[in-house]
This record gives sequence, structure tokens and C-alpha cells, in this order.
Amino acid sequence: MTDTQTRTSAATEAILVSRRAVDPNWRKLAARRARGRSRPKALLKHALLIVTGLLMLYPVLWLVVSSLRPTDEIFRNPGLVISNLEFSNYTDGWTTLSSPFSVFLLNSVLVVLGCIVGNLVSCSMAAYAFARLNFSGKKWWFVIMLTTIMLPIHVIIVPQYILFSQLGWVNTFIPLILPKILATDAFFVFLMVQFIRGIPRELDEAARLDGCGHPRIFAQVILPLMVPALATTAIFTFIWTWNDFFSQLLYLTKPEMYTVPLALRAFMDATSSTSWGPLFAMSVVSLVPIFLVFLFGQRFLIAGISTTGGK
Amino acid sequence: MSALGELRSIGTKKVKGGSKAKTENKAAYLFLLPWFLGLGVITVGPMLASLYLSFTKYTLLSPPEFIGIDNFIRMIGDERLHNSLGVTFMYVFVSVPVQLGLALALAVVLNRGLSGLSFYRSVFYLPSLLGSSVAIAVLWKQVFGGQGLVNVLLGFFGIEGRGWISDPSTALSTLIILNVWTFGAPMVIFLAGLRQIPQMYLEAAEVDGATKWQRFFRVVLPLLTPIIFFNLVLQIIHAFQSFTQAFIISGGTGGPADSTLFYTLYLYNRGFANFDMGYAAAMAWFLLVIIGIFTAINFWASKYWVFYDD
Repeated sequence: MTDTQTRTSAATEAILVSRRAVDPNWRKLAARRARGRSRPKALLKHALLIVTGLLMLYPVLWLVVSSLRPTDEIFRNPGLVISNLEFSNYTDGWTTLSSPFSVFLLNSVLVVLGCIVGNLVSCSMAAYAFARLNFSGKKWWFVIMLTTIMLPIHVIIVPQYILFSQLGWVNTFIPLILPKILATDAFFVFLMVQFIRGIPRELDEAARLDGCGHPRIFAQVILPLMVPALATTAIFTFIWTWNDFFSQLLYLTKPEMYTVPLALRAFMDATSSTSWGPLFAMSVVSLVPIFLVFLFGQRFLIAGISTTGGK
Repeated sequence: MSALGELRSIGTKKVKGGSKAKTENKAAYLFLLPWFLGLGVITVGPMLASLYLSFTKYTLLSPPEFIGIDNFIRMIGDERLHNSLGVTFMYVFVSVPVQLGLALALAVVLNRGLSGLSFYRSVFYLPSLLGSSVAIAVLWKQVFGGQGLVNVLLGFFGIEGRGWISDPSTALSTLIILNVWTFGAPMVIFLAGLRQIPQMYLEAAEVDGATKWQRFFRVVLPLLTPIIFFNLVLQIIHAFQSFTQAFIISGGTGGPADSTLFYTLYLYNRGFANFDMGYAAAMAWFLLVIIGIFTAINFWASKYWVFYDD
């Protein structure tokens, strides 16, 4: 808070206090206002919010329900009630492509794990330097780092593809994981810088007096304290990598190397109008991990985008 | 503070230096080693290479051949490129304002001390996580297909639907709806911003007799403008780069009749389907320039409507 701001808010406070003293009903009035006016109005709001929420989730719920229905029913039943449960879509869809779906799931998991480890290690190191160390040109490196958050991937993808394909890395996971090991997800560097800035410097100083160098301060003081930021990073990396399509489309062309999004796309291209059921079933399978991460990691997701505004 | 706020304040802030600075250089560069490597090898190097390639003809089979500004001249006469720009602009400048408007409206409603806030927040936020997946694009393709969910529902009201995705006049709208559907992420950012507005300001306005609407338009909205600005910049940059959904829904073609041919999709087709790498590189740099211009306009215009309370 700046000086003027402190002063103006102090002035406002003084005015408020004096008014409160004059008007004995003030507190009661404010309390009633705070409760959200009258009961019917609040109910109306809830009704509106619930309808909006249902409307938003309806397509997804319908996807799940439809995946448990025979395909011909998918095209006529918009309801969400299942009359006869049908798991054949899942068993059919699992084996429709040349490899079973478990292969694609495993590939996705490997890519995701590589990216998570890469981001956690490299971004936290970079963040420590930006948040705690003085070095020449720091200001400008920091500006460059922030700018790369907004850089479209397309402007680097052509030469990057040429480079990686000449190294023989097409149809390996290296082109997908290496950029993360090299901290190119600047968004997470920024998120961690913000977090480390909030950790009291006295803790570093104490460790330094005890004879710790920067590697130990980083590993034994800062890292344990920034677990929430690391969790946010891991969760976002998981979701973004799991959903990522563009770079996986470029670098993975062999069916046995396909990740889940590529498998779904191949599935859809091969799908005639009769196999929407299995396609829906595998779509649901592909969304389950995201949903689970959302369910258990919500707190970190909300905190992450509240502080840095990711998507 | 957001990344943008950070950039804004950096110009005015002094970075601490001094005698200690020298001793930490080595440690700092060690910690930054992966990042420096990434900046060079993954980001700046390819960026410059891409700039060079944009002046060449390169098909991967033979070495790049320098052709001056031919690629850019070709771009001027490339009707499909003009069309793809139009499609992209339409998508960005319709979906982003609608998405942000919805996000703001719901954030304001949720912020009024309603019970069940975290439940609603989760429900509205979930689509943001799912929205960029192939699975949801597959779903969209069915829902807006000729015999899809939307038409089945319309049928109940006796309305004859159409193939929303196979009709060039409506295909893009389905993608716009999909982007609007993911308003949850900016909504959460708005909610966080609303939380930071000092209650005192609102109380003061109330005591002074401001009505509900006056409090919103004269107090809340001005204090929220930095967040609106931040969301606007990010979502525009983000929307310019949309790819997956158009790719899946159109089967990679940008059809029907190029009506969903996003700029990025056209770039992909030129570069990676036709292996016209030089042209793709030129297109990529042009995209960077476009995004840069709109971001710059946004920053310039922000002087007139964004209010910083510090």
C-alpha cells in the first residue's frame, strides 16, 4: 500500500466511524444488505446459477450417459437417464485401433510425467534465481522471461521441428519433454517467482549464517516451503500436456507412439456413423484423468489462476 | 500481481544491485542454466531461424533457397490466407468479449456473499479444463452435427435444425460457442480481483447514498479494470492461437468452404501437410506481428480506461 492510499483509506475510515456514531441503525442496515437483500431474491439467484451450471455441464453429462448407450440411441435420446446399462462401447472402443487403448494411455502418462518432472525442476531453479539472487542484467532477463509467456508457439515450431527431425527425434517423446526440462514454460517460472517472494527472507538469512550455500538454501529451505506452488505447477502441467494436441500431432506419427488425443483423432477419422458409441466411450476415458485431477487438485488450480491468470 | 502488472511496474522500479551482486552471478547463472539453454535452443534460436526461413523456399528435401521477400509477396495475393485472417478475427473479436462479459457477470453475482460459492465456482470452472481437449471437440462434432443433440432438442419444439458444422454459415459459430463455454478461467480471475476490492470503499459509497448500480459502475468496475485488461490481453493472445478444436471439427481441413480455417490451421497445412516450410515461417512471423500489434494497441488504449489504484 502506498502512502497516499494509506492516508485516503484512513480518512474514509474516519468518516465512516463518525457516520456510524450518528446513525444507530447503520450496523443493522449493513448486516441486512450483506446477507444479500431479501430471501426470494437470493433464491432466484440460486435458481439462475443452477440452471446456468446445468446448461454448461449438460453436454458433458450427456457424453458420459451416451457412452453407456447403444449407438443408435445416442442419436435420438437427449435425456440423462440410462434405462439399460451397456458397457460394450468401452470394450469395443478399447480395441478398435491397431493397439489397445491402454498403449495410448501409457504413452500419455509417460509424456505427462516427463513434462511434470521437467517443469518442477527447471522452473523452480530459474524462479529461485529470479526471486532471490542478484545478478547482472537481471531486470532484462526477467522482462524477456515474462515476454516469452505471450510468445505464440508457431513462430518457433517450424525450425524446431526441422531441428528435432534432423536429430532423429520424431516419434520419440524427447521433443515434447525436452522444452520442459529447459524451463520454456515461463508461466510457471513466474508463478514460482511470485510464491518465493512471499517467503520471508529471514529464513534464507538464517540458513546462510549457518553456512548454507545457495544450492542448500534452495533445496532445504525454499523448496519445502513452496510445495503449494509446485503442486499448482504439477497439476497445470498435467492438464495442459494431457490435452495438448498440436505438438503431439507434429512429433508423433507412428500409431504405437500415439498419445490419447492423437488416438482419439485417429479413431474419429476412422469412425463411421455407427461407431459413435465406442468413440464416446474412449472420449470419456480420456477425460477421466482430467476430472480426477480437477477433483483433488482444485484448491491449487484456483489459487494458481487467481494469482497469475493462467488458463 | 499479474504478469502484466509486473511488466508495467518494472519500468519504474529500481532493481537492487551493489557489491553483493557480483558474488551471486555464478550461482544465479547456474540456477538459470536450464532456462538459458531453453531460451537459446528452444525459443530465440528457432525464432531467428524462422525469421531466416521466411525469406527462403524450403521443402525439407533440398536446402533452403534464399528468395528474398517472395513469401511475403505471395501472402499478399493469397486469398485463402486473407480468408483465414478473417475467420480468426471473427473468432477472436466475437468470442473473447462475450466470454469475458459472461465471466465478469457471473463473478459479480457469485461475489455477493451467496452461499455455495465454491460449488458454483467449480461447476463453472470445469469446462475451462476440458475445453481444449480432443474429446470435447469430438463431442461438439456430434452435438452440432446434422443428427446431433442440438437438432434432437430442437426437434422437440418442432424446429427443423441443420448441420451446424457442415453449413459454412454456422460452423464458426459452434467454435465460438465452445470458446465462450470456457469462461470459467477468467471468471476465477475476476473473483480473485473482486475479493481484493477494499470493503471500506463500498461501505463509504453506501454511506454516501450510492445505489447498487452506482456502487458497481463507479467503484467496483474502475477498481477491476486492471484485471479486465489482463484477461483481455491474455484471452486475445490465446484465441489467436486456437487450433485443436477447429482441426478436429473440420477433420484438419478448416472446412466447410474454409469457414473454420483458422490462421494457425492454414499455417499447419502449408508447413506440415504441404511442407512449404518457408511460407509457413513467413506466416508465423506475420502472426507474431499481428499479435504484437493487438497487444500494443491494448496497452496503448489501456491508458484511457484502466485505472490503477496505486
